[in-house]
Amino acid sequence: MPVKRADKTSMPQREAQARARDFLEVNKGYTPYHAAFEAERCLRCQNPVCVEGCPVRVPIPEFMHAVATGNMQEAAKILRTANPLPAICGRVCPQESQCEAECHLAKRFEPVGIGYLERFVADWERAQPPAVTANITRKEKVAIVGSGPSGLVCAGELARLGYPVTIYEALHAPGGVLRYGIPEFRLPKEILDWEIGILKQMGVEINCNVVIGKTLTLDDLFGRLGFSAVFIGTGAGLPQFLKIPGENLNGVFSANEYLTRINLMRAFQFPEADTPLRVGERVAVIGAGNTAMDAVRSALRMGAKKGMIVYRRSEKEMSARVEEYHHALEEGVEFHWLCNPVEVLGDESGWVTGLKCQKMKLGEPDSSGRARPVPIAGSEFVLPVDNVVLAIGTTPNPLLVKTTPGLGTTKRGCLVAEESTGLTTRPHVYAGGDAVTGAATVILAAGAGKRAAAAIHRDLSSNNGSLDVNKTRRPK
Amino acid sequence: MAKILETRKLTPVTKYFLLDAPLIAAAAQPGQFVMVRIREGGERIPITIADYDREAGALAIVVQEAGATTKRLCALEAGQEILDLAGPLGSPVEIPESGHICGVGGGFGTAALLCLLRECIRRGHPTTALVGARTKELLIFVDELKQVCTNVEVCTDDGSAGFKGFVSQRLEQLIKGETPGRPDFVVAIGPMAMMRAVAEVTRGPMVKTLVSMDPLMVDGTGMCGGCRVTVAGEPKFACVDGPCLDGHEVDFEEAMRRNKMYVREEKLALERIACAAGKES
Ligand SMILES: Cc1cc2nc3c(=O)[nH]c(=O)nc-3n(C[C@H](O)[C@H](O)[C@H](O)COP(=O)(O)OP(=O)(O)OC[C@H]3O[C@@H](n4cnc5c(N)ncnc54)[C@H](O)[C@@H]3O)c2cc1C
Ligand SMILES: Cc1cc2nc3c(=O)[nH]c(=O)nc-3n(C[C@H](O)[C@H](O)[C@H](O)COP(=O)(O)OP(=O)(O)OC[C@H]3O[C@@H](n4cnc5c(N)ncnc54)[C@H](O)[C@@H]3O)c2cc1C
Ligand code: FES
Repeated sequence: MPVKRADKTSMPQREAQARARDFLEVNKGYTPYHAAFEAERCLRCQNPVCVEGCPVRVPIPEFMHAVATGNMQEAAKILRTANPLPAICGRVCPQESQCEAECHLAKRFEPVGIGYLERFVADWERAQPPAVTANITRKEKVAIVGSGPSGLVCAGELARLGYPVTIYEALHAPGGVLRYGIPEFRLPKEILDWEIGILKQMGVEINCNVVIGKTLTLDDLFGRLGFSAVFIGTGAGLPQFLKIPGENLNGVFSANEYLTRINLMRAFQFPEADTPLRVGERVAVIGAGNTAMDAVRSALRMGAKKGMIVYRRSEKEMSARVEEYHHALEEGVEFHWLCNPVEVLGDESGWVTGLKCQKMKLGEPDSSGRARPVPIAGSEFVLPVDNVVLAIGTTPNPLLVKTTPGLGTTKRGCLVAEESTGLTTRPHVYAGGDAVTGAATVILAAGAGKRAAAAIHRDLSSNNGSLDVNKTRRPK
Repeated sequence: MAKILETRKLTPVTKYFLLDAPLIAAAAQPGQFVMVRIREGGERIPITIADYDREAGALAIVVQEAGATTKRLCALEAGQEILDLAGPLGSPVEIPESGHICGVGGGFGTAALLCLLRECIRRGHPTTALVGARTKELLIFVDELKQVCTNVEVCTDDGSAGFKGFVSQRLEQLIKGETPGRPDFVVAIGPMAMMRAVAEVTRGPMVKTLVSMDPLMVDGTGMCGGCRVTVAGEPKFACVDGPCLDGHEVDFEEAMRRNKMYVREEKLALERIACAAGKES
């Protein structure tokens, strides 16, 4: 029976002073006691609207019941059938605007800690011996382009259905943004590596250092390499710039470069690792999404004395997860709301010295539905800074599209794909994740990968391609 | 992993590598580059494709020791492996339909002229290779270029071989009409100062000039924006829009400044290598 308690069981976390100087995970995770205690708060509603709030429809009440009764095996099973990346989503999903926003309790009290429990169950599962093996029963090979969450999930689902799957990744390590963007202190690489290890055990092959569109074309995949279907999960990795004076001064970075140097290239271990990052004493990060929070908190961990967020709207319009915002506040990040950067200032040797900003006020809502920031004349001021990091959004990388005839894109450079299946404008070519939606979330990318896998299965099954299981051999 | 098939020391600081890389060799075109990472924790560095043999599945690169990573790379020998090799990246050089094409090379850049000029000759263009170095011993690939190109000219700063002076000075003479005559199209690959001088020489007479920019890169796929170069006032990403860009429109001053961003850290990395070598001996 549900137990009435107003507050969510809080997440044990490392103390702000200590954690703001290293890259170890901030949240420590629930103990089994915490978990059962929190799961008991679930009301088991007749009409579980929380499930509606979840992009992949995790059967939350059933899952809560399993946790509350200590049936971890069952909880893990329920979770994984709906969400193939629970340990990751339990850490990075914006639960406050998804499942937890719909929770009935949230009307008067704090919602059930669904995200915290998802994380707990997934971590429990990770401690058990993995029970998967390769079971390839189909002869049609499927290629996956890009190893972000959409590609990984699509690969996993197809491997489960018996398809031989090969992932092609442009970088030297798989994971997409989970590897190069989201820092260790939010998502330890160990967890990503575990998920990828499971895929490998299921027989998924991962070929890094292959840039589709350059090393191999999409047509090569169908022709020379004999794949029957392709899923494109190339993400939205093209950084945007503000186009303001001084943007090419030394010390101005895109958040992608800043975070890639740190996460993928491990600049925090320089000089043991070879790639450096010149972090200044005062770092200004432009933007207020998850990327901006990650960049500013990383700057502090890299030794900056002062980390600042500069955002042209107000706290209310910020798109970062609430938890990350709170963590950033605790770690001493300064927030400059309603400030629009207009120029980057530098010294005679070309290094950044300051950021000229203009104060803003909020006007009428714009096309995004958020209040439009309006400049206040004569309000310019200069923030003294050594680094400026631009975290103002990304768009899909055009590299693949440029070299692939027949792949339709929207005006914004996103791939055209059918919502329910991910089918693009080319037969047997599917796409999902940020490459289709523009920069979005891990869970949406995962959901798209899953839907596309189902569609690919229907597509290939209709060609009557199943094999005699006894004769199956792994194609090389 | 890419196996090193063959190595050859070209000068005290440059080394030739032939790599087993069938996928890259099959797709490579003149002007493109590869990203190389040679060890765990290693840096990703861009290296121009000097040549390719599609049938043998082999790729040639020439590496000049600059800092820690290139030093480690140059210590590798045939039979050893390169941990990560990705490519071909960047846009191929757009070779014009007709006309006299002049490839200008300096330092390791000379090597990249090989596949470019071979392709030009295959298409029937009159072609000149203009190769420069400080002194005779530092010249590379002159013989290889002579095998593909009828007209190869050498320039040395000290006059120890060929023309005494800079490649840009010799180019100026050609533009003024000295044999083999004014080129219609110039591709310069080498140190930025050299490429800038070449672009200055061709600007007045309006000879279309491409320069192969080598900014600092991280991914080489258009994801980080670190390689941005201003061309005609617009930001371009050298790894996807280039590396060959319009020499008359490139902001060289900014590009040269940006390349010095990590001088302090690079020194630190080099000292560590020297230190480690000291301990071993
Ligand atoms: C710093 C940062 C923090 C974020 N924080 C959160 C968060 O807290 N919560 C959340 O839900 N979302 C967050 N996001 C967004 C989330 O990470 C993305 O929505 C998600 O990763 C998109 O997944 P994807 O599979 O579409 O592509 P990506 O993760 O972008 O992966 C694409 C992969 O494809 C590869 N690729 C691209 N082109 C090619 C090619 N031609 N050939 C081969 N490989 C190619 C790329 O190298 C990359 O590895 C964050 C994003 C960033 C940048
Ligand atoms: C598209 C492209 C193609 C290239 N092709 C080749 C090639 O064919 N052969 C080759 O030897 N090198 C090539 N380079 C340069 C090569 O990438 C750098 O020399 C290498 O990154 C230096 O790494 P390092 O760790 O050894 O030296 P670092 O310690 O990084 O640098 C040592 C010194 O070299 C300078 N430097 C660093 N990077 C560059 C750069 N990109 N261009 C010029 N100077 C730099 C630094 O300012 C410093 O003074 C190319 C670069 C680009 C962008
Ligand atoms: S190297 Fe990162 S965008 Fe060019």
